Amino acid sequence: MSATVTDGVLAGGSDIVGTRMLRREDPALLSGEARFVDDLVVPGALHMAVVRSPYAHARVASVDLSAALAMPGVLAAFSGADLSGEWASPMPCAWPVTSDMQSPAHYPLATSEVCYVGDAVAVVVAASSSEAQDAAGAVAVSYEELPAAVDLEDAAGDRVLAHTGSPSNRAYTWELIPDADAVERAFATAAVTISERYVQQRLIPAAMETRGVCVVPQPFGGEFTVYSSTQIPHILRTMLGMTVGVPEGRIRVVAPSVGGGFGSKLDVYAEELLCLALARRLRRPVRWKEERTEAALATIQGRGQVQEIDLAADEHGRLLAVRVRLLADMGAYLQLVTPGVPLLGAFLYHGVYDVPAYSFTCTGVFTNKTPTDAYRGAGRPEATYAIERAIETLARRIGSDPAEVRRRNFIGRDRFPYASVAGLVFDSGNYDAALDAALELAGYDELRAEQARRRAEGDPKLLGIGLSSYVEMCGLAPSRVLASLNYVAGGWEAATVRMLPTGKVQVVTGASPHGQGHVTSWSMIIADKLGVAPDDVDVLHSDTAVSPMGLDTYGSRSLSVGGTAIALAADRVVEKAKLLAAYRLEVAPEDLDLAGGEFSVRGSPSRSIALGTLAFEAFTAHDLPEGMEPNLEASATFDPTNFTFPFGTHVAVVEVDTETGRVDLTRYFAVDDCGNQINPLIVEGQVHGGIAQGVGQALWEAAEYDEAGNPLTTTFADYLVPAATELPSFTLAHTVTPSPSNPLGVKGIGEAGTIASTPAVVNAVIDAMAHLGVTEIEMPATPERVWRSLRAAAHRTTEGAR
Amino acid sequence: MIPASFEYRRAGSVDEALGWLAEDPDGTKLLAGGHSLLPLMKLRLATPAVLVDIGRVPDLSYVTDAGDHVAIGALTRHRDVEVSDVARAEVPLLSHVAGQVGDPQVRHRGTIGGSLAHGDPASDLPAAVLALGATLVVQGPGGTRDVAADDFFRGFLETAVGPDEMLVEIKVPKARGGWAFQKFNRRAQDWAIVGVAAVVDANGSGGRVALVNMGSTTVRARGTEEALASGADAADAAARAADGLEPPSDLHASAEYRRHLATVLVRRAIEEATAGRA
Ligand SMILES: Cc1cc2nc3c(=O)[nH]c(=O)nc-3n(C[C@H](O)[C@H](O)[C@H](O)COP(=O)(O)OP(=O)(O)OC[C@H]3O[C@@H](n4cnc5c(N)ncnc54)[C@H](O)[C@@H]3O)c2cc1C
Repeated sequence: MSATVTDGVLAGGSDIVGTRMLRREDPALLSGEARFVDDLVVPGALHMAVVRSPYAHARVASVDLSAALAMPGVLAAFSGADLSGEWASPMPCAWPVTSDMQSPAHYPLATSEVCYVGDAVAVVVAASSSEAQDAAGAVAVSYEELPAAVDLEDAAGDRVLAHTGSPSNRAYTWELIPDADAVERAFATAAVTISERYVQQRLIPAAMETRGVCVVPQPFGGEFTVYSSTQIPHILRTMLGMTVGVPEGRIRVVAPSVGGGFGSKLDVYAEELLCLALARRLRRPVRWKEERTEAALATIQGRGQVQEIDLAADEHGRLLAVRVRLLADMGAYLQLVTPGVPLLGAFLYHGVYDVPAYSFTCTGVFTNKTPTDAYRGAGRPEATYAIERAIETLARRIGSDPAEVRRRNFIGRDRFPYASVAGLVFDSGNYDAALDAALELAGYDELRAEQARRRAEGDPKLLGIGLSSYVEMCGLAPSRVLASLNYVAGGWEAATVRMLPTGKVQVVTGASPHGQGHVTSWSMIIADKLGVAPDDVDVLHSDTAVSPMGLDTYGSRSLSVGGTAIALAADRVVEKAKLLAAYRLEVAPEDLDLAGGEFSVRGSPSRSIALGTLAFEAFTAHDLPEGMEPNLEASATFDPTNFTFPFGTHVAVVEVDTETGRVDLTRYFAVDDCGNQINPLIVEGQVHGGIAQGVGQALWEAAEYDEAGNPLTTTFADYLVPAATELPSFTLAHTVTPSPSNPLGVKGIGEAGTIASTPAVVNAVIDAMAHLGVTEIEMPATPERVWRSLRAAAHRTTEGAR
Repeated sequence: MIPASFEYRRAGSVDEALGWLAEDPDGTKLLAGGHSLLPLMKLRLATPAVLVDIGRVPDLSYVTDAGDHVAIGALTRHRDVEVSDVARAEVPLLSHVAGQVGDPQVRHRGTIGGSLAHGDPASDLPAAVLALGATLVVQGPGGTRDVAADDFFRGFLETAVGPDEMLVEIKVPKARGGWAFQKFNRRAQDWAIVGVAAVVDANGSGGRVALVNMGSTTVRARGTEEALASGADAADAAARAADGLEPPSDLHASAEYRRHLATVLVRRAIEEATAGRA
């Protein structure tokens, strides 16, 4: 896209952009006025309940619905076989990463084989949700249990097949090895090599609102309104059309208020297809609300990798090569972008460091567990974790301060745009500045002194200091790059800006906010562009009837792609208004300046006309210049030519109680650079939540399974999400390095906190105990694990002394 | 998360509740604060046919000074025990422990009677009443009877309260000497992985130490108590904290780790209690 923003929002004259405006979304959310799917009152709606497999792997011998059908309130019940005629195609996977990728057909209801605990086998439809659930309990399914592939590494060896009849558990192997010989040479000659193995445990996204769907048929027109708690109304509409065989144009998808997603609602789920198919079949509205325990089974999970990373370095710790081998747990089926998640990190395993040789291999493996897919950061937290853990191991190996080893390897600020060994072009950056700022903010030298003091005094509470310098690629994504990665869609975003006759502004966006604050940010951009108050801007979104074109919200893309589209559309409105103003004021358009919502003639500012007046005149169309169409309205679609590359350095400080193994995160410092900031308050909010979520992986969260594949963490008493009581107050600061990838100069901030914080915290935990010989700890770093590591290290020391 | 269907009755008095219990003791459950029972029902781990709500039975919520002991009504909420002046002055361990239960929502709904009658070894208040040597007053069709805390906790989710009985009052002897409560959990709102309620005699001749989550029921650390009685110091007494106990292994901790934690936490509790905390 070649258009440039003429009145760059941030280039002078911005009154609103850059201020800490309170979020316009919040009053409705805080007062309970916001309406989520389950709040919608739909007369006559039937409630669906799903019968799920209690086995990780089993053959379905028979499904007997008779008892369920006899239960009070039940209208219908169906097995997988009953509904097999409803599907035009299997559930979609939009990212066939390799041409030989294996993807077992996945239908909303299993017919002959269930492949994870939670796999759906039947549905019951009743007048109320409690009747539907009671009846679901009465469906008699007879299973013949099969051996289950549970452990990722074991599954990779094909000892047990996750799908009977498939040749192997391998979904694909994807490589990025620009120069194999260079990597070989580097490892053969390096002064220092290290090899590490890390486990990325599975995580449950745990959005505050679980999923929910309500499909309302319009009996006469054959149309369907699909209300879904989704991040992707546009993609969902297309996919529903393709899989349920309803012409896409007859499907309207509405995402009402959505209580968080974190990637888990960037998917197309069985229940969405089922409600649509049942509404079509029964000619009644059909709704389903996910229970919390159900969400632990039936909503995608994040992470799930075993990572092997090797570093080659010279004696000063300067990196010569990075080599990575991943096993990625796909779970039982490939969901919308499951296979692509590791690829989003594939280019970033060298992190913020200038590395000449690089090798990345990933094998996606099926297991009999809940499918995985994108979860906040998707691939990039995993990559950042691996390199940021490994760089600290390298620092310990050569006896250097971890901050110093980082500095020695940083891509220098004079190297941007930087063509990386993995084939990306990092848009802009100043990694030294972020590190310096973070160390200063944290009082790094004093922290090290305090750490030394505690060690010297034999304090049972040790201090650990962990760093993490990160870069991520976001703003998904340039359509051409997505094509090169075999993703089946593009990465543009669409917008329309419309001035109403009263001078109010309507903005239509293809982004689909679910907590990010787009309404606030978009209206701030428009307020500066058009000289109106933010409250005079209405942002329409998340309804395909109102916003027909869009690619939705994920991958920290909405501002850099969708926000840019908004700015471009606003510029087009201004351009047109300027022509009309020139006509009214009888001057050349070049002689007009726009300020505060008014065009005035340069040199004689008393000759002016307000944009609002022009909007009314364009609406009445009584007197327009020759050839000008009525109304002030313009659309724009922005397709970036590059990703954006936010970066920063985080510092975590922990206390480790050596007697109990307890880890307390006592202080946390973050310096992030997301380019220009539209609203620093929203930036901080995103960083806060992101850090909390990343710390969750480091210290508390894990989706656990037993050896038979039974999930063990299906309630919030077992799956531990940190609360405010577990977290210190974060100290934040920012550097600002605008992105050249888009005219707003913005990068993303939605995922940065999660990407940076996990390694910072784990590095801190290890840093606290490294002098005792602890060099590895599995996540989450539970008290018991820490205690065991300390005990094992002490044991090694005594053995060694013997 | 939707319970199986049940019949709901709201009792206006203890007698009415007992009358309904007598009709079908095994199919009927008393409902107090609901914070243990309702989660079980939502997960369909409990499916009572009849729920008798005693939440509005009058005169069962109080904390009063009864001379040598403090009397607490079974329906007293954790929060009311936490902030009661009488409890704070006379049985400070109990009010402190009440303030460590769950989170504020839980403390404003859950009742001491419900917590004790539930008989969950992971709960905090049972350890406090055990360490304090409280007496529990149980009422049934034949009147009331007193049960010593030592005889009250019988097994996992099993207490001395019979299916046709109800816990009505807790008598807690006024505490002298030092006390401490150590709760080790992963997040502030969680149940204890291991907890310790300790009361040490003012003259230093011994004490009572009760443990949370160190067995199938709330238990006393007999080994530690014996050691204390024979004059052992905190560390030596604490080393025997898990003697004879069989703590559970679960997602949050192995039995081995629980044994270790018990020794650390008991030592800390004894040190804190003997340091003369008011
Ligand atoms: C999120 C959460 C966190 C929690 N954290 C903790 C914690 O950290 N520590 C802790 O100790 N507890 C914790 N709890 C449990 C809480 O303390 C409960 O309130 C308490 O255990 C039960 O009290 P209740 O009044 O809610 O009882 P209910 O749930 O109403 O009843 C529990 C059981 O006792 C029976 N019962 C109730 N009252 C009587 C009576 N008077 N006589 C006979 N039987 C009776 C009921 O029939 C039922 O079987 C937590 C609960 C929740 C939901």
